[in-house]
Amino acid sequence: MAGVTYATTTESLAAQVRQHLGVNLSHCYQCGKCAAGCPVAEDMDMTSCRLLRLLQLQQPALDQRVLASEGIWLCLTCETCSTRCPQEVEVAKVMDFVRSEAIARDVAHPRSRDILSFHRAFLDSIRTTGRLYEIGLVADYKVRSRHVLKDVALAPKMYLRGKLPLLPHLIKGRDEVKRIFQRTLGRRR
Amino acid sequence: MRIGYYPGCSLLGSSREFDESVRALAGALGLELVQVPDWNCCGASSAHVLDHKLSLALPARILAQAEAAGLEEILAPCAACYNRLASARDALDKDPVLAREMEKVIGRPATHKVRVVNILEVLDRFKDTLPGLLKVPFAHKVACYYGCLLVRPAKVLHFDRAEDPQSMDRLAAAAGAAPLDWNYKTECCGAAFSVTRTDLVARLSGKIVADAVRAGAEAILVACPMCQSNLDMRRTESNAYLGADHQIPVLFITQALGLALGIDANRLGLQRHMVPATFAPAAV
Amino acid sequence: MSRIGVFTCHCGENIGATVDCAKVAACTRNVPGVVHSVDYKYMCSDPGQTLIKEAIKEHNLTGVVVAACSPRMHEPTFRAAVAEAGLNPYLCEMANLREHCSWVHGKADATTDKAADLIRVMVEKVKHNEPLHPIKVPVTKRALVLGGGIAGIQAALDIANCGHQVVLVEKSPSIGGHMSQLSETFPTLDCSQCILTPRMVEAARHPNLTLMTYAELEKLEGFIGNFKATIRKKARQLDEKLCTGCGLCTTKCPQKKIPDEFNEGLGRRGAIYVPFPQAVPNKPVIDKANCTFYRSGKCKVCEKVCPTGAIRFDQQDELVTLDIGAIVLATGFKVMRTDKFPEYGYGKYPDVIDGLQFERLASASGPTLGAMQRPSDGKAPETVVFVACSGSRDRSKGVPYCSKICCMYTAKHAMLYKHKMHHGKAYVFYMDIRSSGKDYDEFVRRAIEEDDVTYIRGRVSRIYEEDGRLVVKGADTLMGGEPVEIKADLVVLATAVQAQDGSEELAQKLHVSYDPYHFFAESHPKLKPVETNTAGIFLAGACQAPRDIPETVAQASGAAAKVAALFSRDELTREPQVAVVNRLPAPMFSYCVGCFLCQSACPYQAIEQEEIRGRDGSLLKTLAKVNAGLCQGCGTCVATCRTKAIDIQGFSNEQIFAELMTL
Repeated sequence: MAGVTYATTTESLAAQVRQHLGVNLSHCYQCGKCAAGCPVAEDMDMTSCRLLRLLQLQQPALDQRVLASEGIWLCLTCETCSTRCPQEVEVAKVMDFVRSEAIARDVAHPRSRDILSFHRAFLDSIRTTGRLYEIGLVADYKVRSRHVLKDVALAPKMYLRGKLPLLPHLIKGRDEVKRIFQRTLGRRR
Repeated sequence: MRIGYYPGCSLLGSSREFDESVRALAGALGLELVQVPDWNCCGASSAHVLDHKLSLALPARILAQAEAAGLEEILAPCAACYNRLASARDALDKDPVLAREMEKVIGRPATHKVRVVNILEVLDRFKDTLPGLLKVPFAHKVACYYGCLLVRPAKVLHFDRAEDPQSMDRLAAAAGAAPLDWNYKTECCGAAFSVTRTDLVARLSGKIVADAVRAGAEAILVACPMCQSNLDMRRTESNAYLGADHQIPVLFITQALGLALGIDANRLGLQRHMVPATFAPAAV
Repeated sequence: MSRIGVFTCHCGENIGATVDCAKVAACTRNVPGVVHSVDYKYMCSDPGQTLIKEAIKEHNLTGVVVAACSPRMHEPTFRAAVAEAGLNPYLCEMANLREHCSWVHGKADATTDKAADLIRVMVEKVKHNEPLHPIKVPVTKRALVLGGGIAGIQAALDIANCGHQVVLVEKSPSIGGHMSQLSETFPTLDCSQCILTPRMVEAARHPNLTLMTYAELEKLEGFIGNFKATIRKKARQLDEKLCTGCGLCTTKCPQKKIPDEFNEGLGRRGAIYVPFPQAVPNKPVIDKANCTFYRSGKCKVCEKVCPTGAIRFDQQDELVTLDIGAIVLATGFKVMRTDKFPEYGYGKYPDVIDGLQFERLASASGPTLGAMQRPSDGKAPETVVFVACSGSRDRSKGVPYCSKICCMYTAKHAMLYKHKMHHGKAYVFYMDIRSSGKDYDEFVRRAIEEDDVTYIRGRVSRIYEEDGRLVVKGADTLMGGEPVEIKADLVVLATAVQAQDGSEELAQKLHVSYDPYHFFAESHPKLKPVETNTAGIFLAGACQAPRDIPETVAQASGAAAKVAALFSRDELTREPQVAVVNRLPAPMFSYCVGCFLCQSACPYQAIEQEEIRGRDGSLLKTLAKVNAGLCQGCGTCVATCRTKAIDIQGFSNEQIFAELMTL
C-alpha cells in the first residue's frame, strides 16, 4: 500500500458501488464462499473474494489493482457468487461495475482485448441490422483480434447443418436501434 | 391458447433447431405463438458487459413492441434472452427514475407490464395434457442441465429453485424419461467464451458432460442455446480436455418432448446437432 | 394546606455546571405551597438525605420534591429517606434536572429557567399526591421448571435444595436433554453422560422434587406467587407403579425400524421404547403413531411378555392442575437440519450430517457404539471435513447471529475423530475462532497443534456426492480466496443453534416476550439476564440464547436464586402505582360502564370482571377490576377508558393535568 489516500471518501470504487448500485461492501466479511463456488476462480489472478477485500480498503493504489486485474474478464456472469453469498452482497453486480470502470478509464488488462473485441463485434452487428448476423460477427471479430484461423473448420459444418444463415436479418426499426446505440454507447467502439 | 413469442438471434441461426422444435411442439399442444413484431436483439451478454444502459434499452424496446402489439406475456426460449428481458423488466418496475431515462433512450414509453416467461414455465402449463398426448415415451435416462440463466438471479427471476431445480426434470418425466440426480445441473458451461476462451469452455463443459456420463445418462437435456452449443458444438474440445470420447447427445427439452409426442425427428431439427442425436437401438 | 419542601441537587458538576442551582432554589421559595427550598451538592449522600429528613420534621412538610437526577436512578433512595422521617414515601417526587435538563442543554439562562419550570411542575403534582401503601400478595412456595435438560435439572435441584417444592416438567420420556446426547464435553473431554447422570438421578430421588416426564404445560393462569399451571401428562400406556424397567417389552416389539430421536435419526428403535439406557425414569413409552396395535388393532406382544402386567393400552392423557409460585423456563434449543442447505444437497446425502448426529456417532452409547462409521455404508471415514458456521452468521438463511458453541464443538469433534482414527485426515472450514471461555483457546490450539487438524479459513460453497465420496468446494481466504476442493468420506456441518420448536406458542401461553428468532427475552440484556418482563417467570439456558454448558449451569443457579429470593418471603410487596377502577356508592357503583375496552387493551391480562349483585342475588352491574398483583402500571387502560373510571395511583389524571397546567 502506497499510503496515499483519496481526498474524499466518495472517490473510492467502494463508495461509487454504494452510491450507484446500492451495494454496501462493508457487509462482506470475507468468508470466501463466492470464490469457493466460482467456476473460474482457479484461473483468476485475483478472486472475487480478494477483489472485494481490496475495494473495502478504499485506497487508490488498491482500486487501481482491481481495475487492472485480468480475473474480472474471466468472469462468466454466472451469478453463482451472488446467489450463495451469506451476506447477500451482489458480487456479480460489483464485477459488472468494475469491468465498466476499467473500460471507461482505459486500464483494462491486455488479455481482455480479445474478449472485448468479441463483444464489440457483436454490438456492431446489432447496431447495423437490429439483430445478430453471425457471419458478420465472426468476420468482425477476426479482423479485430487477428485470430483469422479460429474455428475455420467449424463454419462449413455449421453451414451444412443449416445453422449459418448467409444473409443478415434487417429489422424495420433499425434506425431506432441505431439511435438507442447513439444515446448509450455513443461513439465508443 | 396464445402467447407472445421472442425467438432471439440464436434461434434464427446457430440454434435453429430450438426454434423448430418449439414451433413443432407448440403446434402439437395447440399453443399459438405470436411473434413480437420487428423484434431486435436483446443485447445478450455483450451489451451487459460494455454498456449498462444499452443492456436495458434493447430489452426495453422489445417489451414496448410487445405491449404495443397487445401481448400480455412473451415466451423467450433462449435462456439468455429470457434473463435479459426479465432483468430489464424488473429494473424498470423497481426504479421509476430509470424507467423515465429509458423512455428517453428508446424514444417511447418504457413498460414493465409485459410478463416474461421461459420455455419450462410455459410447458409446465401443459403438464396435465401431456400424458394423454404421449405416443413414443422418451424412455431414456437423462441428465437435465439448467445452466445459469434460467434460475439466477433468484430474486429477479423467481423461477424454480436456484440449487437442484426440478422443473425440467418433471417435464422429462412427463415425456417418459428417467431424470437422473446428478451434480452439475446449474454449473456454468462457459457461456459467451465459446469463441474467445474456448479452453475454458472445454474444461467447464467437459466437466458437465463427464458428470452426466458418470451418472449414467443417455442424453443431456437443455433449455438454453448457449449451453447446447457449448456442450454439443464444442464436444471435440471438451473430449480433448477430458482425454475421452463421449458421444452423449445434447437435446433441447422441446426436442425430447416433441419425439415423445410422435413428431418427426427432422421437424425437430435433430439432424442439425454436431454430436449425433442417436440412441442405442433398443431405446429408439 | 400544602407544605412542600424542595431540595435541589447540584449532582456535582452534572447539574451544577449547566444550571444555576442556587438561583433555582431561591426562586422556588416563591412558588405557592413551597415552605422550604434549599440546594446542596450531593442530595443522595448521607448528609443530603439527612437534610431532607430534618426538614420534614422541622417544617412539618406534607410533601417533598427532590430536584436531581432521574427517578429511575434515586427515587427509591429518597423515598426510603422520607419514609424514615415519618412521611409516606409516595408523597415524595423527583424533578429530573439532569437527564431532562442539564445533560441535554448548554449553560444558559434558558436552561436555569427550564429547571425552575420542571420543579414547579412537580410541586403542583405533589400537591395532588395521596399517601399510598405497597400491595401485599401471598406466595405459593412451589416452583415449576419447564424443561428437563441440564438447565432445568440444575435449577430444579438448586430450588429443591433451598427447601422448596419443585415440579420439573419435561416433554420427552426422559430428562437429560441435549447434554445426554453428547459424547464428550469441551474443554475437558469429560464423558457427558458420566457427569450428567448423577444429577439426573439426584433429581429423580430428591424429596422436594416431583418429576413429570412425557408431560407438557397445557395452560397457565395467574400471576407471580399465585400461578395455576395445568400440566398434560401424556399417556405412556404404562402403569408406572407396576413397571420395573426390566426392558423386556422393548426387545420383543416387532417394530424395529423406527428412526430414533435420541440418535438423531441415525439409529432405530421399536414402538415401545426407552430413549436411552440411562434414561430417568427408566420406564418405556409407546409411540402410538408407529405402534402396530394402534394402527391395525393387532399385536400387543409387549402386554403379553410384561412380567408385571404394566402395559395399559387404554390409558388416557391426564391433566393435572398445580398451584405454583414461580416458573423457570429451561426449554433448551434445537439445531438446524441439513435439509435447510440447498447448496449442500437439501439433506439428501446421508454422509452430510449435523453436529448432534456426529455426537451420536462418536458416543459409546450411540448407533455405532462409538466407532467411526459413516451412515451410508458403515465404512470408516478416512477424510472428514467439518464445516463451521453452517447457517450461522448467515443473513441469507435468516440467522445473522453467532451460535456461540460451534467453534468449540467443532474442534472437539475433530479431536474425537482423530483420537479414534489416528491416520485419518480432518479439515475444518471456519470463519473465525470464538473460544473465549476458560481453557477454551488452548483447547482449540491443541486440536491444531497436537491432533493435526487442518484449519482452513473460508466458507464452503457447495457439497455434492461423486462416486461414494463427498466433494467439498471451499476457499482459503488467507490465501486470497484460493479455491480449495476436498474429497471427503464424511462431512459434519456445525449447524446453527435455533430456538426450540413450539417456543412461540409456549411464550404466548406464558405471556413472555421473545425475539425475532423465538429465543425468550430477558428483562435487561446486561443486568437482568435471568428474569423476563413477566413477573415470576425466569430463564435458564439456551432457550434464551445459544449457550454452552458452564454458562447454562451458572444461569440456572442464578434463576434458582431468584426463585429462592421470591420464596424467602411469605408475602410479596409490589409498588402501588397500579390502576384502580373507581368505586362509588349505589346505585352507580362506579363510572365504569362495563365496556371492557381496558381488558382487551391490557398487555398483562390484569383486568378482571367483577359482578355487583343485589341482595337477592340478581346481577346489577359488571365492572372492571384490576388485579393489583399483575398490573404493571403502564396506563394503557386509562387511555382507553371512555368514562375515565380507571386511573393509576400516583399518576392520576388529576396529577398529570396539574403538571401540564403549571406550564
